[in-house]
Amino acid sequence: MIETEQLTKKYGDLVAIQNLSFRVEEGRIWGLLGPNAAGKTTTMRILTGYLPATSGRASVAGYDVFEQAEAVKQSIGYLPETVPLYPEMTVESYLGFVAEIKKVPAARKKAAVDRAVQIAGLQSVRKRLIRNISRGYKQRTGIAQALIHNPRVVILDEPTIGLDPAQIKEIRDLIKSLKGEHTVMLSTHILAEVKEVCDGVVIINEGKLMASGSLEELARSFSQNDGVYLKLDRADGEVLNLFRQLPGLKEAALDGAEIRLEWPWGQDLRTQVLKLCLDKRLEIREMRSLAMNIEELYLRIVSGGMEQ
Amino acid sequence: MSAVWSITKKELVSYFTSPIAYIVIAIFILLSGFFFYSLVWWFNTQAMQMAQNPYYFQQININQMVFAPLFHNLSIILLLMLPVVSMRLFSEEKKMGTEELLFTSPVSVIQIILGKYLAALIVLLAMLVLSAIPTIFTFVHGNPEPVPYLLGYLGLFLLGAAFLALGIFWSALTENQIVSAVLTFGTLLLFWVLSWAAYSARGLWQDVLNYLSFFEHFDGMTKGILDTSDLVYYLSFAFFGLFLTHSVIQFRRWR
Repeated sequence: MIETEQLTKKYGDLVAIQNLSFRVEEGRIWGLLGPNAAGKTTTMRILTGYLPATSGRASVAGYDVFEQAEAVKQSIGYLPETVPLYPEMTVESYLGFVAEIKKVPAARKKAAVDRAVQIAGLQSVRKRLIRNISRGYKQRTGIAQALIHNPRVVILDEPTIGLDPAQIKEIRDLIKSLKGEHTVMLSTHILAEVKEVCDGVVIINEGKLMASGSLEELARSFSQNDGVYLKLDRADGEVLNLFRQLPGLKEAALDGAEIRLEWPWGQDLRTQVLKLCLDKRLEIREMRSLAMNIEELYLRIVSGGMEQ
Repeated sequence: MSAVWSITKKELVSYFTSPIAYIVIAIFILLSGFFFYSLVWWFNTQAMQMAQNPYYFQQININQMVFAPLFHNLSIILLLMLPVVSMRLFSEEKKMGTEELLFTSPVSVIQIILGKYLAALIVLLAMLVLSAIPTIFTFVHGNPEPVPYLLGYLGLFLLGAAFLALGIFWSALTENQIVSAVLTFGTLLLFWVLSWAAYSARGLWQDVLNYLSFFEHFDGMTKGILDTSDLVYYLSFAFFGLFLTHSVIQFRRWR
Protein backbone atom coordinates (compact mmCIF):
# COMPACT_ATOMS: atom_id res chain seq x y z
CA MET A 1 0.00 0.00 0.00
CA ILE A 2 2.96 2.27 0.72
CA GLU A 3 6.16 1.49 -1.10
CA THR A 4 9.43 3.33 -1.56
CA GLU A 5 12.45 2.48 -3.60
CA GLN A 6 15.86 4.09 -3.15
CA LEU A 7 14.20 7.27 -1.94
CA THR A 8 16.69 10.11 -1.42
CA LYS A 9 16.19 13.73 -0.40
CA LYS A 10 18.91 16.34 -0.19
CA TYR A 11 18.55 19.90 1.03
CA GLY A 12 21.53 21.47 -0.69
CA ASP A 13 24.48 19.51 0.66
CA LEU A 14 22.56 18.13 3.59
CA VAL A 15 21.33 14.61 3.03
CA ALA A 16 18.02 14.19 4.85
CA ILE A 17 17.26 10.64 3.73
CA GLN A 18 19.30 8.27 1.65
CA ASN A 19 18.22 5.27 -0.41
CA LEU A 20 15.19 4.38 1.70
CA SER A 21 13.34 1.30 0.49
CA PHE A 22 10.48 -0.19 2.47
CA ARG A 23 6.91 -1.34 2.09
CA VAL A 24 3.79 -1.34 4.21
CA GLU A 25 1.01 -3.86 3.61
CA GLU A 26 -2.62 -2.87 3.27
CA GLY A 27 -4.67 -2.56 6.43
CA ARG A 28 -1.70 -2.51 8.78
CA ILE A 29 -0.44 0.05 11.24
CA TRP A 30 3.21 0.74 10.69
CA GLY A 31 5.54 2.84 12.84
CA LEU A 32 8.26 5.05 11.43
CA LEU A 33 10.82 5.04 14.16
CA GLY A 34 14.04 6.89 14.70
CA PRO A 35 15.83 9.44 16.84
CA ASN A 36 15.19 13.14 16.35
CA ALA A 37 16.42 14.46 12.97
CA ALA A 38 16.52 10.94 11.54
CA GLY A 39 14.44 11.99 8.52
CA LYS A 40 10.99 10.83 9.64
CA THR A 41 9.18 14.05 8.80
CA THR A 42 11.00 14.38 5.47
CA THR A 43 9.95 10.84 4.52
CA MET A 44 6.33 11.59 5.35
CA ARG A 45 6.38 14.89 3.50
CA ILE A 46 7.61 13.12 0.39
CA LEU A 47 4.94 10.42 0.66
CA THR A 48 2.21 13.05 1.00
CA GLY A 49 3.47 15.04 -1.97
CA TYR A 50 4.41 18.09 0.08
CA LEU A 51 8.07 17.79 -0.88
CA PRO A 52 9.55 16.26 -4.01
CA ALA A 53 12.30 13.69 -3.56
CA THR A 54 15.74 14.24 -5.03
CA SER A 55 15.75 10.75 -6.48
CA GLY A 56 14.06 7.40 -6.08
CA ARG A 57 10.49 6.23 -6.34
CA ALA A 58 7.55 6.16 -3.95
CA SER A 59 4.02 4.93 -4.41
CA VAL A 60 0.96 5.16 -2.22
CA ALA A 61 -2.25 3.20 -2.81
CA GLY A 62 -0.87 2.09 -6.16
CA TYR A 63 -0.24 5.61 -7.46
CA ASP A 64 3.18 7.07 -8.08
CA VAL A 65 3.79 9.98 -5.72
CA PHE A 66 5.54 12.05 -8.40
CA GLU A 67 3.64 11.10 -11.53
CA GLN A 68 0.11 10.90 -10.10
CA ALA A 69 0.37 13.45 -7.31
CA GLU A 70 -3.30 14.38 -7.32
CA ALA A 71 -4.54 10.77 -7.04
CA VAL A 72 -2.06 10.19 -4.20
CA LYS A 73 -3.19 13.31 -2.37
CA GLN A 74 -6.77 12.17 -2.79
CA SER A 75 -6.05 8.81 -1.16
CA ILE A 76 -3.99 10.10 1.77
CA GLY A 77 -5.09 11.65 5.03
CA TYR A 78 -2.18 13.48 6.60
CA LEU A 79 -1.58 14.92 10.05
CA PRO A 80 1.61 17.00 9.92
CA GLU A 81 3.81 17.52 12.97
CA THR A 82 2.27 20.94 13.63
CA VAL A 83 -1.46 20.35 13.50
CA PRO A 84 -2.73 22.51 10.61
CA LEU A 85 -5.60 24.35 12.28
CA TYR A 86 -7.23 27.71 11.65
CA PRO A 87 -7.92 29.08 15.15
CA GLU A 88 -10.61 31.48 13.94
CA MET A 89 -12.82 28.67 12.59
CA THR A 90 -15.13 26.37 14.51
CA VAL A 91 -14.28 22.67 14.55
CA GLU A 92 -17.26 22.01 12.29
CA SER A 93 -16.55 24.71 9.73
CA TYR A 94 -12.88 23.71 9.67
CA LEU A 95 -13.75 20.08 8.93
CA GLY A 96 -16.22 21.30 6.30
CA PHE A 97 -13.46 23.32 4.65
CA VAL A 98 -11.05 20.35 4.64
CA ALA A 99 -13.81 18.17 3.16
CA GLU A 100 -14.21 20.69 0.35
CA ILE A 101 -10.53 20.89 -0.54
CA LYS A 102 -10.26 17.09 -0.31
CA LYS A 103 -12.97 16.97 -2.98
CA VAL A 104 -15.69 15.30 -0.93
CA PRO A 105 -18.85 15.75 -3.06
CA ALA A 106 -21.07 18.53 -1.71
CA ALA A 107 -23.98 16.13 -1.12
CA ARG A 108 -21.84 13.93 1.15
CA LYS A 109 -20.02 16.75 2.93
CA LYS A 110 -22.27 16.88 5.98
CA ALA A 111 -22.17 13.13 6.45
CA ALA A 112 -18.38 13.17 6.12
CA VAL A 113 -18.07 15.84 8.81
CA ASP A 114 -20.47 13.95 11.10
CA ARG A 115 -18.51 10.75 10.64
CA ALA A 116 -15.13 12.40 11.35
CA VAL A 117 -16.58 14.11 14.43
CA GLN A 118 -17.93 10.76 15.59
CA ILE A 119 -14.68 8.82 15.06
CA ALA A 120 -12.49 11.44 16.71
CA GLY A 121 -14.92 12.01 19.60
CA LEU A 122 -15.43 15.71 18.95
CA GLN A 123 -19.19 15.88 19.57
CA SER A 124 -18.87 18.15 22.60
CA VAL A 125 -16.72 20.76 20.87
CA ARG A 126 -17.98 20.75 17.29
CA LYS A 127 -19.55 24.20 17.47
CA ARG A 128 -16.65 25.81 19.33
CA LEU A 129 -13.83 27.93 17.95
CA ILE A 130 -10.62 25.93 17.51
CA ARG A 131 -8.79 28.73 19.34
CA ASN A 132 -10.72 27.87 22.52
CA ILE A 133 -10.44 24.08 22.66
CA SER A 134 -7.82 22.13 24.61
CA ARG A 135 -4.61 20.68 23.23
CA GLY A 136 -6.06 17.18 23.23
CA TYR A 137 -9.11 18.25 21.26
CA LYS A 138 -6.90 20.15 18.82
CA GLN A 139 -4.95 16.95 18.21
CA ARG A 140 -8.21 15.05 17.69
CA THR A 141 -9.40 17.71 15.28
CA GLY A 142 -6.14 17.16 13.40
CA ILE A 143 -6.83 13.44 13.20
CA ALA A 144 -10.47 14.05 12.21
CA GLN A 145 -9.16 16.28 9.42
CA ALA A 146 -6.93 13.45 8.18
CA LEU A 147 -9.88 11.03 8.10
CA ILE A 148 -12.51 13.32 6.63
CA HIS A 149 -12.46 11.92 3.09
CA ASN A 150 -12.18 8.33 4.31
CA PRO A 151 -8.71 7.90 2.79
CA ARG A 152 -7.19 4.48 2.22
CA VAL A 153 -3.88 5.60 3.70
CA VAL A 154 -3.46 7.68 6.84
CA ILE A 155 -0.10 9.28 7.64
CA LEU A 156 0.35 10.71 11.13
CA ASP A 157 3.47 12.63 12.15
CA GLU A 158 3.96 12.28 15.92
CA PRO A 159 0.25 12.07 16.72
CA THR A 160 0.61 11.93 20.50
CA ILE A 161 3.30 14.54 21.08
CA GLY A 162 2.56 17.03 23.84
CA LEU A 163 -0.47 15.23 25.26
CA ASP A 164 -1.07 14.06 28.81
CA PRO A 165 -1.12 10.31 29.56
CA ALA A 166 -4.92 10.02 29.46
CA GLN A 167 -5.08 11.83 26.13
CA ILE A 168 -2.24 9.70 24.77
CA LYS A 169 -4.22 6.59 25.57
CA GLU A 170 -7.32 7.99 23.88
CA ILE A 171 -5.43 8.89 20.72
CA ARG A 172 -3.75 5.47 20.63
CA ASP A 173 -7.10 3.73 20.96
CA LEU A 174 -8.39 5.93 18.17
CA ILE A 175 -5.45 4.96 15.95
CA LYS A 176 -5.89 1.28 16.75
CA SER A 177 -9.53 1.50 15.69
CA LEU A 178 -8.38 2.53 12.19
CA LYS A 179 -6.70 -0.80 11.61
CA GLY A 180 -8.09 -2.95 8.84
CA GLU A 181 -10.05 -0.26 7.06
CA HIS A 182 -7.11 2.10 6.68
CA THR A 183 -3.41 1.62 6.21
CA VAL A 184 -1.71 3.77 8.82
CA MET A 185 1.85 5.00 9.02
CA LEU A 186 2.79 6.96 12.11
CA SER A 187 6.09 8.42 13.17
CA THR A 188 7.16 8.46 16.76
CA HIS A 189 10.12 8.15 19.03
CA ILE A 190 8.10 6.69 21.87
CA LEU A 191 8.80 2.96 21.88
CA ALA A 192 5.86 2.02 24.07
CA GLU A 193 3.63 3.50 21.41
CA VAL A 194 5.06 1.21 18.76
CA LYS A 195 4.64 -1.82 20.97
CA GLU A 196 1.06 -0.98 21.73
CA VAL A 197 -0.18 0.28 18.41
CA CYS A 198 1.96 -0.93 15.53
CA ASP A 199 2.15 -4.20 13.62
CA GLY A 200 5.56 -3.37 12.30
CA VAL A 201 8.19 -0.71 12.03
CA VAL A 202 10.57 1.03 9.71
CA ILE A 203 13.56 2.17 11.72
CA ILE A 204 15.70 4.93 10.29
CA ASN A 205 18.71 6.75 11.64
CA GLU A 206 20.53 9.68 10.07
CA GLY A 207 18.47 9.24 6.93
CA LYS A 208 19.38 5.61 6.41
CA LEU A 209 17.19 2.57 6.72
CA MET A 210 18.28 0.47 9.68
CA ALA A 211 15.56 -2.16 9.73
CA SER A 212 12.06 -2.77 8.56
CA GLY A 213 9.50 -5.48 9.06
CA SER A 214 6.92 -6.74 11.53
CA LEU A 215 7.92 -6.72 15.18
CA GLU A 216 8.09 -10.50 15.20
CA GLU A 217 10.29 -10.63 12.11
CA LEU A 218 12.68 -8.18 13.66
CA ALA A 219 12.84 -10.10 16.92
CA ARG A 220 13.60 -13.26 14.94
CA SER A 221 16.36 -11.64 12.96
CA PHE A 222 18.17 -10.87 16.18
CA SER A 223 18.11 -14.24 17.92
CA GLN A 224 18.10 -17.75 16.57
CA ASN A 225 15.76 -19.20 19.14
CA ASP A 226 12.60 -18.31 20.98
CA GLY A 227 12.40 -19.08 24.68
CA VAL A 228 11.96 -17.86 28.24
CA TYR A 229 13.87 -16.71 31.25
CA LEU A 230 12.67 -18.59 34.30
CA LYS A 231 13.21 -17.68 37.93
CA LEU A 232 12.55 -20.52 40.37
CA ASP A 233 12.97 -21.02 44.08
CA ARG A 234 16.17 -22.92 43.26
CA ALA A 235 18.50 -22.99 40.31
CA ASP A 236 21.11 -25.73 40.04
CA GLY A 237 22.36 -28.47 37.73
CA GLU A 238 19.72 -30.86 38.94
CA VAL A 239 16.93 -28.57 37.83
CA LEU A 240 18.62 -27.98 34.51
CA ASN A 241 18.81 -31.70 33.89
CA LEU A 242 15.07 -31.96 34.49
CA PHE A 243 14.41 -29.40 31.81
CA ARG A 244 16.87 -30.95 29.37
CA GLN A 245 14.61 -33.97 29.15
CA LEU A 246 11.82 -31.88 27.61
CA PRO A 247 11.35 -32.86 23.94
CA GLY A 248 12.06 -30.03 21.50
CA LEU A 249 14.18 -28.00 23.88
CA LYS A 250 17.42 -26.82 22.31
CA GLU A 251 19.16 -25.40 25.29
CA ALA A 252 18.85 -25.00 29.04
CA ALA A 253 21.47 -22.96 30.85
CA LEU A 254 22.01 -20.99 34.01
CA ASP A 255 22.09 -17.26 33.51
CA GLY A 256 22.86 -15.72 36.89
CA ALA A 257 20.00 -16.65 39.16
CA GLU A 258 17.77 -17.33 36.19
CA ILE A 259 17.41 -20.33 33.96
CA ARG A 260 17.46 -19.67 30.22
CA LEU A 261 15.39 -22.09 28.14
CA GLU A 262 15.58 -21.94 24.35
CA TRP A 263 13.61 -23.66 21.62
CA PRO A 264 13.35 -23.09 17.86
CA TRP A 265 11.04 -20.36 16.47
CA GLY A 266 7.54 -21.59 15.74
CA GLN A 267 7.29 -23.91 18.72
CA ASP A 268 5.97 -22.96 22.11
CA LEU A 269 7.12 -25.09 25.05
CA ARG A 270 5.77 -22.82 27.75
CA THR A 271 2.90 -25.15 28.70
CA GLN A 272 5.27 -28.11 29.01
CA VAL A 273 7.67 -26.03 31.13
CA LEU A 274 4.85 -25.04 33.46
CA LYS A 275 3.63 -28.61 33.72
CA LEU A 276 7.10 -29.83 34.56
CA CYS A 277 7.47 -27.24 37.30
CA LEU A 278 4.14 -28.27 38.84
CA ASP A 279 5.00 -31.98 38.70
CA LYS A 280 8.38 -31.48 40.30
CA ARG A 281 7.04 -28.96 42.81
CA LEU A 282 9.31 -26.16 41.61
CA GLU A 283 7.99 -22.75 42.64
CA ILE A 284 7.91 -20.21 39.82
CA ARG A 285 8.82 -16.67 40.85
CA GLU A 286 9.01 -15.13 37.39
CA MET A 287 8.86 -16.10 33.74
CA ARG A 288 9.51 -13.75 30.84
CA SER A 289 10.03 -14.00 27.14
CA LEU A 290 13.51 -14.38 25.77
CA ALA A 291 12.65 -12.37 22.65
CA MET A 292 14.05 -8.90 22.75
CA ASN A 293 11.57 -6.24 23.63
CA ILE A 294 11.22 -3.23 21.43
CA GLU A 295 13.51 -1.05 23.55
CA GLU A 296 16.36 -3.54 23.28
CA LEU A 297 15.71 -4.01 19.60
CA TYR A 298 15.67 -0.32 18.92
CA LEU A 299 18.84 0.37 20.85
CA ARG A 300 20.63 -2.52 19.17
CA ILE A 301 19.54 -1.35 15.74
CA VAL A 302 20.12 2.36 16.13
CA SER A 303 23.34 2.29 18.13
CA GLY A 304 24.74 -0.94 16.75
CA GLY A 305 24.61 0.48 13.25
CA MET A 306 23.48 -2.79 11.77
CA GLU A 307 22.13 -2.07 8.34
CA GLN A 308 20.02 -4.34 6.24
CA MET B 1 -13.63 26.21 -9.73
CA SER B 2 -15.38 25.00 -6.58
CA ALA B 3 -11.97 24.45 -4.98
CA VAL B 4 -11.08 28.09 -5.68
CA TRP B 5 -14.32 29.21 -4.09
CA SER B 6 -13.72 26.99 -1.01
CA ILE B 7 -10.37 28.71 -0.46
CA THR B 8 -11.97 32.11 -1.00
CA LYS B 9 -14.70 31.43 1.56
CA LYS B 10 -12.14 30.29 4.10
CA GLU B 11 -10.04 33.41 3.53
CA LEU B 12 -13.10 35.64 3.92
CA VAL B 13 -13.91 33.92 7.23
CA SER B 14 -10.35 34.68 8.34
CA TYR B 15 -10.58 38.31 7.20
CA PHE B 16 -13.89 38.94 8.88
CA THR B 17 -13.30 37.09 12.13
CA SER B 18 -10.06 38.93 12.73
CA PRO B 19 -10.20 42.70 13.18
CA ILE B 20 -8.04 43.35 10.09
CA ALA B 21 -10.80 43.64 7.49
CA TYR B 22 -13.03 45.75 9.73
CA ILE B 23 -10.24 48.15 10.65
CA VAL B 24 -9.00 48.53 7.08
CA ILE B 25 -12.51 49.09 5.73
CA ALA B 26 -13.51 51.46 8.55
CA ILE B 27 -10.40 53.62 8.22
CA PHE B 28 -10.73 53.70 4.46
CA ILE B 29 -14.35 54.87 4.73
CA LEU B 30 -13.38 57.45 7.33
CA LEU B 31 -10.55 58.91 5.25
CA SER B 32 -12.46 58.86 1.99
CA GLY B 33 -15.39 60.53 3.78
CA PHE B 34 -13.09 63.21 5.08
CA PHE B 35 -11.55 63.90 1.67
CA PHE B 36 -14.93 63.88 0.01
CA TYR B 37 -16.39 66.27 2.55
CA SER B 38 -13.54 68.75 2.35
CA LEU B 39 -13.46 68.62 -1.45
CA VAL B 40 -17.21 69.26 -1.63
CA TRP B 41 -16.86 72.11 0.86
CA TRP B 42 -14.06 73.63 -1.20
CA PHE B 43 -16.08 73.12 -4.37
CA ASN B 44 -19.05 74.93 -2.83
CA THR B 45 -17.07 77.99 -1.86
CA GLN B 46 -15.40 78.07 -5.27
CA ALA B 47 -18.73 77.67 -7.02
CA MET B 48 -20.19 80.48 -4.93
CA GLN B 49 -17.43 82.85 -6.01
CA MET B 50 -17.39 81.74 -9.61
CA ALA B 51 -21.15 82.16 -9.88
CA GLN B 52 -20.54 85.96 -9.80
CA ASN B 53 -18.79 85.76 -13.12
CA PRO B 54 -20.62 84.21 -16.10
CA TYR B 55 -17.31 83.24 -17.80
CA TYR B 56 -16.01 81.25 -14.85
CA PHE B 57 -19.44 79.80 -14.22
CA GLN B 58 -19.03 77.74 -17.39
CA GLN B 59 -15.84 76.25 -15.99
CA ILE B 60 -17.40 74.72 -12.91
CA ASN B 61 -17.13 70.95 -13.20
CA ILE B 62 -17.79 68.71 -10.21
CA ASN B 63 -16.02 65.77 -11.84
CA GLN B 64 -12.79 67.67 -12.18
CA MET B 65 -13.01 69.64 -8.99
CA VAL B 66 -14.22 66.92 -6.62
CA PHE B 67 -13.88 63.45 -8.07
CA ALA B 68 -10.53 63.63 -9.87
CA PRO B 69 -8.70 64.82 -6.72
CA LEU B 70 -10.72 62.41 -4.58
CA PHE B 71 -9.65 59.46 -6.70
CA HIS B 72 -6.04 60.55 -6.53
CA ASN B 73 -6.20 60.78 -2.76
CA LEU B 74 -7.88 57.40 -2.51
CA SER B 75 -5.24 55.81 -4.72
CA ILE B 76 -2.56 56.86 -2.22
CA ILE B 77 -4.63 55.55 0.67
CA LEU B 78 -4.97 52.22 -1.12
CA LEU B 79 -1.21 52.15 -1.56
CA LEU B 80 -0.84 52.62 2.19
CA MET B 81 -3.53 50.17 3.27
CA LEU B 82 -3.63 47.25 0.83
CA PRO B 83 -0.27 45.80 1.96
CA VAL B 84 -2.06 45.13 5.25
CA VAL B 85 -4.76 43.19 3.41
CA SER B 86 -2.35 41.05 1.40
CA MET B 87 0.32 40.49 4.06
CA ARG B 88 -1.29 37.49 5.74
CA LEU B 89 -2.34 35.53 2.67
CA PHE B 90 0.58 33.10 2.52
CA SER B 91 2.73 34.30 5.43
CA GLU B 92 0.18 33.21 7.99
CA GLU B 93 -0.30 29.76 6.44
CA LYS B 94 3.42 29.22 6.53
CA LYS B 95 3.75 30.38 10.12
CA MET B 96 0.80 28.31 11.35
CA GLY B 97 1.91 25.20 9.43
CA THR B 98 -1.42 25.12 7.60
CA GLU B 99 0.25 25.37 4.20
CA GLU B 100 1.14 21.73 4.65
CA LEU B 101 -2.58 20.96 4.68
CA LEU B 102 -3.19 23.06 1.57
CA PHE B 103 -0.28 21.70 -0.43
CA THR B 104 -1.06 18.08 0.43
CA SER B 105 -4.68 18.47 -0.70
CA PRO B 106 -5.78 17.54 -4.20
CA VAL B 107 -6.01 21.25 -5.02
CA SER B 108 -3.53 22.84 -7.40
CA VAL B 109 -1.24 25.69 -6.36
CA ILE B 110 -2.92 27.86 -9.00
CA GLN B 111 -6.32 27.24 -7.41
CA ILE B 112 -4.96 28.13 -3.98
CA ILE B 113 -3.43 31.38 -5.26
CA LEU B 114 -6.59 32.35 -7.15
CA GLY B 115 -8.80 31.58 -4.15
CA LYS B 116 -6.73 33.78 -1.89
CA TYR B 117 -6.45 36.56 -4.45
CA LEU B 118 -10.19 36.54 -5.02
CA ALA B 119 -10.81 36.94 -1.28
CA ALA B 120 -8.48 39.93 -1.16
CA LEU B 121 -10.26 41.43 -4.19
CA ILE B 122 -13.58 41.05 -2.38
CA VAL B 123 -12.20 42.99 0.58
CA LEU B 124 -11.00 45.68 -1.84
CA LEU B 125 -14.43 45.76 -3.46
CA ALA B 126 -16.07 46.15 -0.05
CA MET B 127 -13.74 49.07 0.73
CA LEU B 128 -14.59 50.85 -2.53
CA VAL B 129 -18.34 50.18 -2.54
CA LEU B 130 -18.83 51.22 1.07
CA SER B 131 -16.72 54.33 0.69
CA ALA B 132 -18.63 55.30 -2.48
CA ILE B 133 -22.02 55.49 -0.75
CA PRO B 134 -21.74 59.15 0.35
CA THR B 135 -20.58 60.22 -3.11
CA ILE B 136 -23.83 58.97 -4.64
CA PHE B 137 -25.58 61.98 -3.11
CA THR B 138 -23.81 64.26 -5.56
CA PHE B 139 -26.04 62.69 -8.21
CA VAL B 140 -29.11 63.55 -6.14
CA HIS B 141 -28.13 67.18 -5.57
CA GLY B 142 -26.10 67.88 -8.69
CA ASN B 143 -25.37 66.50 -12.10
CA PRO B 144 -21.89 64.99 -12.36
CA GLU B 145 -21.05 62.96 -15.44
CA PRO B 146 -21.44 59.28 -14.61
CA VAL B 147 -18.77 57.93 -17.00
CA PRO B 148 -15.69 59.57 -15.44
CA TYR B 149 -17.15 58.76 -12.01
CA LEU B 150 -17.52 55.05 -12.77
CA LEU B 151 -14.22 54.87 -14.63
CA GLY B 152 -12.52 56.44 -11.62
CA TYR B 153 -13.79 53.66 -9.38
CA LEU B 154 -12.89 51.04 -11.97
CA GLY B 155 -9.40 52.56 -12.05
CA LEU B 156 -9.15 52.38 -8.26
CA PHE B 157 -10.20 48.73 -8.36
CA LEU B 158 -7.65 47.85 -11.05
CA LEU B 159 -4.95 49.76 -9.23
CA GLY B 160 -5.83 47.93 -6.01
CA ALA B 161 -5.87 44.59 -7.82
CA ALA B 162 -2.32 45.26 -9.03
CA PHE B 163 -1.24 46.24 -5.49
CA LEU B 164 -2.72 43.03 -4.08
CA ALA B 165 -1.01 40.85 -6.70
CA LEU B 166 2.32 42.35 -5.68
CA GLY B 167 1.39 41.86 -2.03
CA ILE B 168 0.51 38.19 -2.43
CA PHE B 169 3.90 37.67 -4.10
CA TRP B 170 5.81 39.09 -1.14
CA SER B 171 3.57 37.19 1.24
CA ALA B 172 4.59 33.92 -0.42
CA LEU B 173 8.24 34.75 0.22
CA THR B 174 8.21 35.28 3.97
CA GLU B 175 6.47 33.83 6.99
CA ASN B 176 6.59 37.18 8.75
CA GLN B 177 3.52 39.30 8.04
CA ILE B 178 5.21 42.58 8.94
CA VAL B 179 8.10 41.88 6.58
CA SER B 180 5.61 40.98 3.87
CA ALA B 181 3.67 44.25 4.38
CA VAL B 182 6.81 46.40 4.47
CA LEU B 183 8.24 44.84 1.33
CA THR B 184 4.94 45.32 -0.50
CA PHE B 185 4.70 48.89 0.67
CA GLY B 186 8.31 49.59 -0.33
CA THR B 187 7.86 48.15 -3.82
CA LEU B 188 4.65 50.09 -4.33
CA LEU B 189 6.36 53.32 -3.30
CA LEU B 190 9.11 52.56 -5.78
CA PHE B 191 6.60 52.26 -8.59
CA TRP B 192 4.99 55.47 -7.44
CA VAL B 193 8.31 57.32 -7.46
CA LEU B 194 9.00 56.13 -11.00
CA SER B 195 6.74 58.84 -12.37
CA TRP B 196 8.85 61.49 -10.60
CA ALA B 197 11.99 60.04 -12.10
CA ALA B 198 10.26 60.18 -15.45
CA TYR B 199 10.12 63.99 -15.24
CA SER B 200 13.88 64.34 -15.26
CA ALA B 201 14.49 61.48 -17.72
CA ARG B 202 14.58 61.96 -21.48
CA GLY B 203 13.57 60.18 -24.63
CA LEU B 204 12.96 56.49 -24.43
CA TRP B 205 13.72 56.33 -20.71
CA GLN B 206 10.98 58.81 -20.02
CA ASP B 207 8.48 56.71 -21.93
CA VAL B 208 9.55 53.51 -20.23
CA LEU B 209 9.44 54.99 -16.72
CA ASN B 210 6.11 56.61 -17.40
CA TYR B 211 4.72 53.36 -18.69
CA LEU B 212 5.84 51.46 -15.60
CA SER B 213 4.44 53.97 -13.11
CA PHE B 214 1.09 53.05 -11.57
CA PHE B 215 -0.33 56.51 -11.54
CA GLU B 216 0.27 57.55 -15.11
CA HIS B 217 -2.21 54.91 -16.13
CA PHE B 218 -4.66 55.97 -13.48
CA ASP B 219 -4.74 59.62 -14.55
CA GLY B 220 -6.68 59.06 -17.74
CA MET B 221 -9.39 57.09 -16.04
CA THR B 222 -10.17 59.85 -13.55
CA LYS B 223 -10.72 62.13 -16.55
CA GLY B 224 -13.13 59.70 -18.14
CA ILE B 225 -10.75 58.31 -20.76
CA LEU B 226 -10.58 54.54 -21.05
CA ASP B 227 -7.42 53.54 -22.86
CA THR B 228 -6.93 49.82 -23.51
CA SER B 229 -3.20 50.21 -22.87
CA ASP B 230 -4.06 51.22 -19.28
CA LEU B 231 -6.30 48.18 -18.86
CA VAL B 232 -3.60 45.96 -20.33
CA TYR B 233 -1.06 47.49 -17.96
CA TYR B 234 -3.04 46.74 -14.80
CA LEU B 235 -4.18 43.30 -15.88
CA SER B 236 -0.70 42.25 -16.96
CA PHE B 237 0.71 43.64 -13.71
CA ALA B 238 -1.75 41.54 -11.71
CA PHE B 239 -1.10 38.49 -13.88
CA PHE B 240 2.64 38.90 -13.52
CA GLY B 241 2.33 39.19 -9.73
CA LEU B 242 0.30 35.98 -9.50
CA PHE B 243 2.64 34.21 -11.91
CA LEU B 244 5.65 35.14 -9.77
CA THR B 245 3.78 33.95 -6.66
CA HIS B 246 3.25 30.60 -8.33
CA SER B 247 6.91 30.37 -9.33
CA VAL B 248 8.08 31.25 -5.83
CA ILE B 249 5.91 28.59 -4.23
CA GLN B 250 7.01 25.92 -6.69
CA PHE B 251 10.64 26.94 -6.38
CA ARG B 252 10.57 26.76 -2.58
CA ARG B 253 9.23 23.22 -2.67
CA TRP B 254 11.44 21.93 -5.46
CA ARG B 255 14.61 23.42 -4.13
